[in-house]
Formats: sequence, C-alpha cells, structure tokens
Amino acid sequence: MATQLEPEARESADVFREEARQFIADKFPQELKGKGLSMAGAEGREKETPAQKSWREAMGERGWGTPTWPKEYGGGGLSRKQAAILDEELARAGAYNPIGGMGVMMFGPTLLEYGSEAQKQEHIPPICRGEIRWCQGYSEPNAGSDLANLQTMAEDKGDHYLVNGQKTWTSGGQWADKCFAIVRTDRSDKHKGISFLLIDMDSPGVEVRPITMISGTSPFCETFFTDVKVPKENLVGEEGQGWTIGKRLLQHERTNLSGAAPGGRGGGSLADIAKKYGKVNADGTLADPVLRDRIADFEIRWTSFLHTARRAVEESKAQGGVSEISSALKKLGTKLGQERAEMTIEIMGLQGLGWEGDNFSPVELQGVRGWLYGKATTIYGGSTEIQNNVIAKRVLGMLDHQ
Amino acid sequence: MAVLNEEQEMLRDMAREWATNESPVTEFRKVRASGAPEAFDRDAYGTMAEMGWAGIIIPEEHGGSDFGFLSAGLVVEELGKTLTASPLIATTLAASAIMLGGSDEQKAKWLPKLASGEAIATLAVDEGPHHDPAEIATSVSGGKLTGTKGFVAEAHGADLFVVAAKDGLYLVEKGDGVTLTTRRLTDQRSHADIAFDGAAAEKLENGGDTLLDDVLDRARVLTAAEMLGMAQIVFDTTLDYLKQRVQFNQVLSSFQALQHRMADLFADLAQMRSAVEAGLQAVDSGVGASRAAIVAKAEANRVLHTMSNEGIQLHGGIGMTDEYDIGLYLKRARVLEPAWGATGYLKNRFATLGGY
Ligand SMILES: Cc1cc2nc3c(=O)[nH]c(=O)nc-3n(C[C@H](O)[C@H](O)[C@H](O)COP(=O)(O)OP(=O)(O)OC[C@H]3O[C@@H](n4cnc5c(N)ncnc54)[C@H](O)[C@@H]3O)c2cc1C
Repeated sequence: MATQLEPEARESADVFREEARQFIADKFPQELKGKGLSMAGAEGREKETPAQKSWREAMGERGWGTPTWPKEYGGGGLSRKQAAILDEELARAGAYNPIGGMGVMMFGPTLLEYGSEAQKQEHIPPICRGEIRWCQGYSEPNAGSDLANLQTMAEDKGDHYLVNGQKTWTSGGQWADKCFAIVRTDRSDKHKGISFLLIDMDSPGVEVRPITMISGTSPFCETFFTDVKVPKENLVGEEGQGWTIGKRLLQHERTNLSGAAPGGRGGGSLADIAKKYGKVNADGTLADPVLRDRIADFEIRWTSFLHTARRAVEESKAQGGVSEISSALKKLGTKLGQERAEMTIEIMGLQGLGWEGDNFSPVELQGVRGWLYGKATTIYGGSTEIQNNVIAKRVLGMLDHQ
Repeated sequence: MAVLNEEQEMLRDMAREWATNESPVTEFRKVRASGAPEAFDRDAYGTMAEMGWAGIIIPEEHGGSDFGFLSAGLVVEELGKTLTASPLIATTLAASAIMLGGSDEQKAKWLPKLASGEAIATLAVDEGPHHDPAEIATSVSGGKLTGTKGFVAEAHGADLFVVAAKDGLYLVEKGDGVTLTTRRLTDQRSHADIAFDGAAAEKLENGGDTLLDDVLDRARVLTAAEMLGMAQIVFDTTLDYLKQRVQFNQVLSSFQALQHRMADLFADLAQMRSAVEAGLQAVDSGVGASRAAIVAKAEANRVLHTMSNEGIQLHGGIGMTDEYDIGLYLKRARVLEPAWGATGYLKNRFATLGGY
C-alpha cells in the first residue's frame, strides 16, 4: 500500500523532483523526444547519433542510468523513491533512460553482491556510463532448461583459466565487449563444479557466429571458445560458487523480463489501435462489440498484472526477501505481452502482417517483428514451463514424482 | 481421416510423395531467397498441372478430372505440409467460380487452360486488410471495371482475375487497366493490391444471388485444407523433437506437463481434421456447405493458431531460428488466418446463418 509521506520527506521529494526536471531540461536533446531506447543500446556505438551520445554521457556521468546503484561505483546513489520520481520526470519530458543492456539488468546487481572490491571498481563504473556492453554466456546446445548440464570447461593453469567449449543463443554476442559466463571447473559435481567467469570477447580464441531469428534479425549468436586464456582475477566469487551466483543473476533477469513486451506499446493502446484500424460509433465506442469486450478483458488482466508486479516489489521490500508471487511475474507478464501482440495483428488484419515495403508504416512493421521476437520471451530467462516447475515445487511444495 | 476411395488414395499418395521428394521446404526457401514477387516456381507448377492437380475439380469435358473438393483438399493438404508455394488454390477457386457462374463460352475458353496449367487465375474479393464481402465498392459500367482490391493472393502470376464487383463476379484479364502493387507479407508469398482502372470485364452471369457466397465457401474449405497440412506437420515435428531432445537426463517427452500439452494438441488436431474434411465433403455434396465451410475455417483458425504457437514454445530456442522450419509455418499461419474470414467474422456469420 502506498504510504503517506511525512512533510519533511515530501519536501525533499519536491526538491529532488525540481533537480531532476532541471537536469532533463538542460541535457535532454529535444530531437530524441518520444523516441525511447532504440536497439542502439544493444547494437553498439556504431549506430549511435551525436544526440544519443550526449544524452548517454550526461546520464552516465550523473549515474542516473543506474539510479539506485551506489555512488562510489558510479551509480546515482538515489533512494527508490527518488528513482521513481526520476522515472516520472523522464516520462513527462518524453525522455528515456539511455543506459541499458544486460550489464544494467542483470550483471551489475549480481557483481555488486558477489564481486570483489577490485572487480566492482573495474566493472561497475563503465556499466553506469553505458560504455561496456555485456553478454550472457549461459546456454549451450545441450544445456538449455537444464542449464547445470553445461560442459564449457575452464581448466586451471595456475595464473589463468584455459576455456574451451561452446555457448549458444548469446544475445548481442557480436556487439558485446565482455561476457559473463558460467563454466565448468570440476567435472565431478554437476552444480558445485560450476564457476562464474568474466571473459573478454576480444580474447584470442573467441569466435561468434550470428544466428538469424524468425523475425529476420540476428540478435544472438553461437559463441565458440578455443583455448581462451582468462586471468584468474576474472573469477567472481569462489571456484564452485558459479551456480549460486548464476541463479541469483537469473532472478534479476526474470524480474526485468516480466514486464517486457517487445513490439510492445508501439501504436498506443489496443483501444487506440482498434479505433484507428476499425469502425467507431458516433459516441466514440468501438463498433465491434466483441472486440470491445476482448480489449477490455485484456486491459483488466493487464491492470491486475501491474498491481501484482507492484505488490511483489512492496512485499519483497517489507519482508526483506523475495515475495512468493515474484515467481509468477515472468510467466504472467510475458504471456500478456504475447497476447497483446497477437491482438494487435488481428485488429490490423493483413495490414498488421507486413514484412517490408513502404505500404506498411514503421509501427506496423515493427509490430510484426516484435510479435515474432516476442515468442522468445516465454522461452528465455527460464521458460514458462520451468517457471511452472519452480512454482509447483518450491512455492507450493508439490513433490517431484521422478 | 475421411474414408477415401481408391482414386483418392492414389491421388493423396502421389501428392505426398511429390511434395516430400520434389517440393520439400527447401524449395520454398529458394523461392523466398529469390525475392521474386511472383513467389512460386513455374516449372514446379507445370509439373503439378501435368499431374492433373490444377484440374481436379474441373469437369472432364473441359480437361479436368472432376474429382471434386475432397480430392483437391487432399492434394492441398499435402502441399501445405511442405509449404509449397503455388497458385494451385487460387486457380482452383477461380475455376470454381467460372464453373458455377460462367457461360458455356467462358467455361470453354478458360477451364481447359486452367486445368492444363497454361493459365493461372485468382480471386480478387476483399478491398481492405479484413475479409468483408459486404463492403465492396468496385463497380462496372459499360463492360469496364473500376475499383481497388487489397492483398490479393497469387496476383503476380495470374493471367486472369475473378473480381467481385457490387453486382456480381467478373472476369478480368491481366493487361490494360490492371496495376499491381506488391504487398510483402510475413509469409513472403505473392500478395498484391490491384488497381482496376476501367479494365475490360466480362460478367459471370449464372450462379444466381449466392454465387459469391458459394465461391467463398470453397475458398474457406480449401484454405482450411492447406492449414490442416501445416498443423499436422507442426504437430508431428514437435512430437518428434520432444522424443529426441534430452534435458535433465531424460527425453522431454517424459515430462507429464508436456505429455498433456501434446495430448491436448492431438485432440485439437482431430477436431480440425474432421471439420475440414466435413467442409470439403459438404461442398461436394452441396448439402449445408455454407455452415460446414465456416466450421472448417473457424476450426482451422483456432487450432493452427494454437499449434503454431505451441510448436515454437515446445522447441525452445531452436524454434526461434530462421534456419529451423517451424517459424515459417507460424508466419504462413497468421496470413491464412484472416483470409476469407478471421474467426470473429466467421462466428458472426455462423450465427446469422443459424438465425440467432
Ligand atoms: C531470443 C533468445 C535470446 C536468448 N538469449 C540468451 C543469452 O543471451 N544467453 C544465454 O545464455 N541464453 C540465451 N537464450 C537461451 C535461453 O535461455 C534458452 O533457450 C532457454 O533456457 C531454453 O532452453 P532450450 O532452448 O535449450 O530449450 P529446451 O530446454 O530444450 O526446452 C524445450 C521445451 O521443453 C520445455 N521443458 C524443458 N524442460 C522441461 C521440464 N522439466 N518440464 C516441462 N517442460 C520442460 C521448455 O520449457 C521448452 O518449452 C536465449 C534464447 C532466445 C530464444
């Protein structure tokens, strides 16, 4: 439940809001208004425009791209309340947070928790400034849902590890500077033989091969490691602690993914789309009563999802641990995102199924690609089936019959 | 599976063998890679016509075999399994319009050419992105047809268009007054908007008031037959994959959660097959064809929608790759779903036909 702020707190909130507003007014290039974080974040600096660069640098310098991370490592050092105000002010100005990617979403928070002081000093500030792109070296051809089955070996060679093996589905691998990977340091124990290692993507012996996806783009790669030397100081935590650290990172990933709806909100709400592409009565209601009913049905469930997501955050904060309902967020959010994409297509009819060509608007074309890409959201970051297993076993205590 | 006679069984086996050996999905990939808006292989279509498939519903006197829609559906289903891109459905539907509505001269002029593969034809009914035969603005005056048709399938290869105007169906040959604008959809087949600007048009005078509806029934069942082939393959491929893929030291097919999913899909597929076959048979018998065609297409829409999504999901990451075929079925599935009636349209019409 939202609590009333004490007068003093309210005053400091107002002061901060003014500070944020001023900063955005000074630094946010108006030409980027309403654009949002494009793929430039993931695809790298090559495609960054001068305006995008200046905005990234301004936010990075202030640490506000990672608003709640500690100031000593380049974060914003803001309270959650302040971070929420910052979000509101960004949205109000049609601005966006230009610092993103896997470094922000999953690796940074994990390193802050498990990394050594030296590792934090080295790796966190460039993430806060949006300078270094990270990729996730988890999955392998035979280690998908059964991630702990991974076989990529890191052999102890005294001052370094020698890494051999293959990762796959590495998102952004072709653009990444560095990879956080889980690798095997011990063959004798499935889980305790796993370690968490940071690998430079430009090390000799690292090779990436982009894979084309059904949406027509190649956002992920096969990644091959052949006799790659990785300095010992790139081990996070202890040898054999990789599974624990790696799973913690997955929690961050899932939290971030639950609200993700690629192809997402382009074109406005479903109702906006329906009004644009369909018939509207004189009183502004949709002429198709069935569609009207279905949109309302969707929006009701979406609203209750947002309530659930908020409740999960509040409960976790109050309990000082992860709320039980967090485990349901990823599967709920991703399913709703897919449903929305399907409905968008349906409302647009064949106009919503364009592949290319100027007889489709950019929003329509992105919608199609997003609809296709969005099929991945229930697969990656722990598939819906795996989330269901987790809920059934860990939360509900239902026994595994095997 | 409907009980087939010997001829039908032979036809199906021949189609299956040809599609498997001569027209696997790699052939569609070649067509796609060529980027040609026509999006089919002329030689392959020639072979299909030689085997008699373009004339399956056409009377023998006009060079066809007069086997009917159930037989046509068997072939189309097999071609759907391998995503064979061809104007076979489009041409068959145009032929059916001429059979139902054409004069003797029109039949004699076009049906033999369509049966032999010498000419290709397609239906041009809808004018926008949704199926809506009640909203046709195209009109004809003094034998000249004017109007715009949207997203016409197989338009690029067509020599002849069967065009719905306000007052009936017309034959329009490609040429003067017919301008195509390519519509590249996610299935990467042939689709185009067509501007008819005073194009010479000949009316299909017979067939009565229900001519367009009768042709649309046929369009629905034949499209549903293609979708049936697609759903069957997505199901088979997924089942095979689950039986092979090992995670947690066991094949995925040993997980009860997945067993139940496949059991549900199996039951759905059974429903879809019965509905599609009943639709094809109803068109052949002429009894209750309109309702049966709606049931066929609506069930095809429902089941293929679910099947294509589940197919991807149950494959995991590999299902998301362009290299693996399953995504191609998803994309084709969504383009066929609104064709000749998305589910909302069909339900509404079903209720109307039922008088409620
Ligand atoms: C677009 C995309 C981006 C990705 N990015 C990355 C990345 O950057 N880094 C990275 O390391 N990985 C990445 N992945 C990989 C992703 O994490 C895996 O695809 C995922 O873990 C599933 O593994 P899998 O593909 O091997 O499927 P499988 O594990 O083979 O699963 C196949 C199907 O079986 C189901 N299944 C599996 N086990 C069970 C069970 N016990 N009970 C019931 N059902 C089960 C699954 O839910 C799925 O439906 C990405 C994947 C995609 C699609």
